[in-house]
Order: sequence, then structure tokens, then C-alpha cells
Amino acid sequence: MATLELKQITKRFDDTDVIKGIDLEVNDREFVVFVGPSGCGKSTLMRMIAGLESATSGDILINGERINEVGPAHRGLAMVFQSYALYPHMTVEDNMGFSMRLAKVPKEQRRQKVLEAAKILQLEPLLDRKPKALSGGQRQRVAIGRAIVRNPSIFLFDEPLSNLDAALRVQMRIELARLHEELDATMIYVTHDQIEAMTMADKIVVLHDGVVEQMGSPMELYHHPRNRFVAGFIGSPKMNFLDVSLEEAGPEGVRIRLPSGRDCTVPVDGSELAVDSPLELGIRPEHLQLDDQGPLSGEIQVLERLGGQTSLYVQMGELVVTIMADGDVAHRVHDMVRFGFDPMRAHLFNSEGTALPSLHQHPLAGLTRRDHRQAAEGSNQ
Amino acid sequence: MNKTRASGRTVGGLRTLSLQAPAVTLLLLWMLIPLGLTIWFSFQRYNLLMPGMTGFAGLENYQYLFSDPALWSAMGTTLLLVGWVLAITVVGGTLLAVLFQQDFAGRGIARVLAISPFFVMPTVSALVWKNMMMHPSNGVFSWVAETFGFQAVDWFSSLPLTSIIIIVAWQWLPFALLILLTAMQSLDEDQVEAARMDGAGPVAIFFFITLPHLKRAISVVIMIEMIFLLTIFAEIFVTTSGGPGLATTNLAYLIYIRALLDFDVGTASAGGVIAIILANIVAIFLVRMVAKNLED
Repeated sequence: MATLELKQITKRFDDTDVIKGIDLEVNDREFVVFVGPSGCGKSTLMRMIAGLESATSGDILINGERINEVGPAHRGLAMVFQSYALYPHMTVEDNMGFSMRLAKVPKEQRRQKVLEAAKILQLEPLLDRKPKALSGGQRQRVAIGRAIVRNPSIFLFDEPLSNLDAALRVQMRIELARLHEELDATMIYVTHDQIEAMTMADKIVVLHDGVVEQMGSPMELYHHPRNRFVAGFIGSPKMNFLDVSLEEAGPEGVRIRLPSGRDCTVPVDGSELAVDSPLELGIRPEHLQLDDQGPLSGEIQVLERLGGQTSLYVQMGELVVTIMADGDVAHRVHDMVRFGFDPMRAHLFNSEGTALPSLHQHPLAGLTRRDHRQAAEGSNQ
Repeated sequence: MNKTRASGRTVGGLRTLSLQAPAVTLLLLWMLIPLGLTIWFSFQRYNLLMPGMTGFAGLENYQYLFSDPALWSAMGTTLLLVGWVLAITVVGGTLLAVLFQQDFAGRGIARVLAISPFFVMPTVSALVWKNMMMHPSNGVFSWVAETFGFQAVDWFSSLPLTSIIIIVAWQWLPFALLILLTAMQSLDEDQVEAARMDGAGPVAIFFFITLPHLKRAISVVIMIEMIFLLTIFAEIFVTTSGGPGLATTNLAYLIYIRALLDFDVGTASAGGVIAIILANIVAIFLVRMVAKNLED
């Protein structure tokens, strides 16, 4: 049982505000991912939770108790570092048992706990090795093992997979998700990789310039981004943004004029819009369809065939639009293509970059990874 | 002739050997001629005060030397001097390196100041210590002692070897500090933080993280300092001239006494041979230790 709460947390280094007032609640056994571009303050935020950095103002509460002044070792947290931070002169066993050695736990008991953790992580054959003799993935597992033996109430992961190669990263991602279920612990995870965020999180916190841009389930962020930044950050390849002009706005939808001159009605609430205010249309590459009758057109500049899918980079005036199309499209570079989209899938952003609220809630928007789990458990019975 | 390394490259071969030969030959001669001459003289009756008495002496020089209590006293002095200076510089250097790694105002200047004694030449520093620090009436130490109402210490007559050790340690502490400070900077900050998360306080971090990290650098410091400390001469020559009695005569100084004060080249050469053997014994242990450290 562990909950974490942040209240108006700020952090200032000399003259720079790195964290500008963050409120956050992490529920028991939740897997929360902090995601954002480099320099957004996500690592600083995690280090403040860990106690390695002090908060300039605001409260940090674990299980309802304020722990701002509690040292890092006494917060009941364990952290896995990006560089693994294994102690190079100690064996795997000593690395994992170091915290217990400092706490003067008897040797037998220490060995017992290390073996337990090693079993979960399949590290038993490696216990006598030094970190130097391990591969990247194994080192990562040792670092996680070191966290497990401390039996923390909350696990903190600081970009743990970014030093691994692509194949291993996928494997470790699955392993971490499995671990979360097995340990049933609260976990906080920092990454700049939105795929990691999307696949593992119960709740994603998108950070930008020291503020929370949006907080919610992965599907909520994908289908209902609150602003242009979140829309561009979540989803890969990146969302396309087109400048469009407003024709008619109302609570039942907004009629816009596309760059090609055609009109289109997007089902969002436009009652707050002023006349003539500039708008931006956002459509994800996977929601653009090649269509000979489509309202948009352009010349293919680059074609990337991935087998199952093909990415088309289409020059449309000044703008390059990305389209994710079927793997079997027959087009070639410099072909002219027409394409369109389902207005339900489009997002509209006002001049401040805020999304106009959608009239239809996406059916999956409330789904979390936990729901997957419960459904799976239910079907097994 | 050709050997294959693990990397697949071949080494040796006639061509590479012929290219290496001039340099290797030169270095070999450079080493062998003085060594050969020393050994040759050590078996000769060769005293500049007695020009008539020359010729092969057999082991007489060695017999004379080994029966001379000065040799054993000099060996003891040498080992004491090396041991104490090593202990002071390594322990002090490690602690100072940890201190100078902390962030404080004026750290850059403090570092330069702490390292500067290394750039003072031994004769000068010995003179400064002799006449300005440890002088029984004009020295800073005696002034401090008298200010607090203590008896001033006549350093070079009552604590001669201690004084030499202090001077030499003062000179070599910056060297240890320099090497260890550089090593400190490569300590992974994440490791320290991981240890903090694991519940390690400053002392535990020092013993479990910092010290193991510095192990290799410390062995390098010990090896290099040992080579130079075995041959300390200028500091002794300037301050105590090996005295009082033989209290501060180390092996290097003893050889100097035999060769240039007694003009007995034969015995001095025999002393030289013994010094070479002693240095080699020490070196074998050291090289083994360092090599083992560098391996893992």
C-alpha cells in the first residue's frame, strides 16, 4: 500500500525555475509514467520524490505523510538509475544486498532475500559475477533486483531502458510490465520515449517546461490531447498540423476551410471561438487515408516502406504531411496523391494551442492497462 | 618468431626487430654500462686517498660494508622514510581529494595552492623548512609554540628523521592529491546517489564507494612515489647532512658519504649494488601489486 501526492511542488536552480508548481496524485499500485522532451524537468521531479534533490516549495506526501525533510534512504523508495549505477567492485549478490548490509541484516537473511529477488529476475547463475562481466540487459536486471530486495513501497525508474538496444528494450519493457503485476507495487517511471509510456502506463503525466501539460490514461492522451504540445508529443509518427481558417463555429461543430479550399465540419465544441480566429487542424498520420476523392492533395517526396505499413511524406504547399498508409500502396516518389480523413478523428486547436473539446468521447479513452489485466484475469477463470 | 596476439595481429618478425634494434640497443647500453661499471668497481680496491692500492679486491668491499653498522642503520632509515611518507601522502591525499571534490567558494584557487608545493624544488623547500619553519629560534613552529607557552623544539637535532619525513611528505602530498583528485572526478555520481538511496551515510560512501574506486589510483601513487622516495637526497643534504650521527642517513646518502667524503669508490659502488638489489626487491612486489590491481 503506497500512495504519493505532490502539492504545488516547485524547484529552482539559481535563477531558473525547473519545476513550476506541480500537483500530482499517484494511487496505490499504479504505474505512472512521466514523459516529456529533454529538459522538461521530469528527472528533477523524480529526484525530488526520491529525496536526492530538495523541493524549493510545496509538499511531498507518501501515504498521507509529509516527507520533505526525510532522507532518501528512509522514504521507503527504491530507484533504478539510467546508468544502472551498479557498484563495480562488488559481485551481483553484494550489489543487491548492499542496502541490507548497511542496515546490518544478518548474512543468512540477506542471502535469502537476494536469492528471492534473483529468482524473480532469473539472475541466479550470475550472483558471483561482477557487473563488468554482465551484458546491458543483465546489468539492468541487477539494478532492478537491487531495488526489489529493499521491498520499497514505491519503485522509481529513471529512464531505465535508454541504454539498451532496440530489441532488448522491447524485451525489458515486457519484463517490467510483468514485474509490475508480480510485485503489485506502485511504480513511477521517467522516460522520453512515448512508446514506453504508452505501453506500460496506467497513467501518463506529460511534462513540458516544468508544468504538467496533461495527465491521464494513454488512450485518453492519444484520443483527446488537451493541447497542441501533447497532441504532437504522443503518437508516432508525429501528428500533422495544418493551418485552416474558420468558416462557422457553434456548439454542434466547427466548419473550417482546408488549405485546398474545400470545407469540412469537425465535431468539436466551437461555442467559445471568436470570429476569424486562426485555427490549426491536427490529424494523426494513421488517420489520413489515400482517397482519390479526398479533399487534400500533394506530391510524394519520400516513401518509407516498412512492410506492413508505408509512410508517405507528401509535400502540400510549404508543408510536409506524413501519411501512414497500407503496406501495399503502389505509389512512387513524385506521384501526386489525394487523401482525406474522417472528421471524427481530427483535432482543432485555437490560437493558444488549446484543443477544442471533442463532442464525442472515444470509447477507449477511459481504458487503462489495469483494465486489460482485470479482463484477462476474468477470462482465465 | 611470429606470435599472434588475441586481436589477430602478429608481432615480432625480422623486419620489426630490425627497426626496433637501434633504440633497444641504445637503451640497453645506457643501462648496462653504468651497471657494469658499478659492479666492476665494487670488486676493486679503489680509494682516491690511496692511489697506490689498486687491483682486484674480491668480496672485501662487501665484507667491509656488511660489517659496517652504518649500512643497516641506513637501510632502516630508508625504509622508515619511505614508509612514513607513503602513509602520510596516501592517507592525507585521499582525504584532501575527498575534501577538494566538495563544492565550496574558491575551490579552484584552493586546489592550485594545495598542489603548488610539488613545483618547489627540493633544495629550496628544504631550505625554507630549515630556516623559516623549523628553526629553533626564528621558525614559525617555535614562534607558535612560544606563543602558547610551550618549549620550542629544536627539530633537526631532537627529531631529525621526523623533520625530514615532514618535509618530504609536504612535497609529495600534492602529487598524491593531484592523481587522486583526477581519479575522484571519474567517480560516477549515480553510484553515490544509489548508495545514498541504499542508506549509506558519508562514512559508508567513503569506505564502500570512494575508496574502492580510488584503489587503482592509490596503487599508482604508491609505485611512483616509492621510486622517488628510495633516492631522497637533497632534503637530507640541505638540512641535517645525514646527522646527528647517522640518524637521517639513508642509503643514497650513505653512498654519497662513502664515495665523495671518504673517497672510497669501491665501497660506495658496493653500496650502490645493494641499493639496486633493494630497489628491485621492492619493485617486484610493487609491480605485481599494481599489475593485479590494473587487471580487475
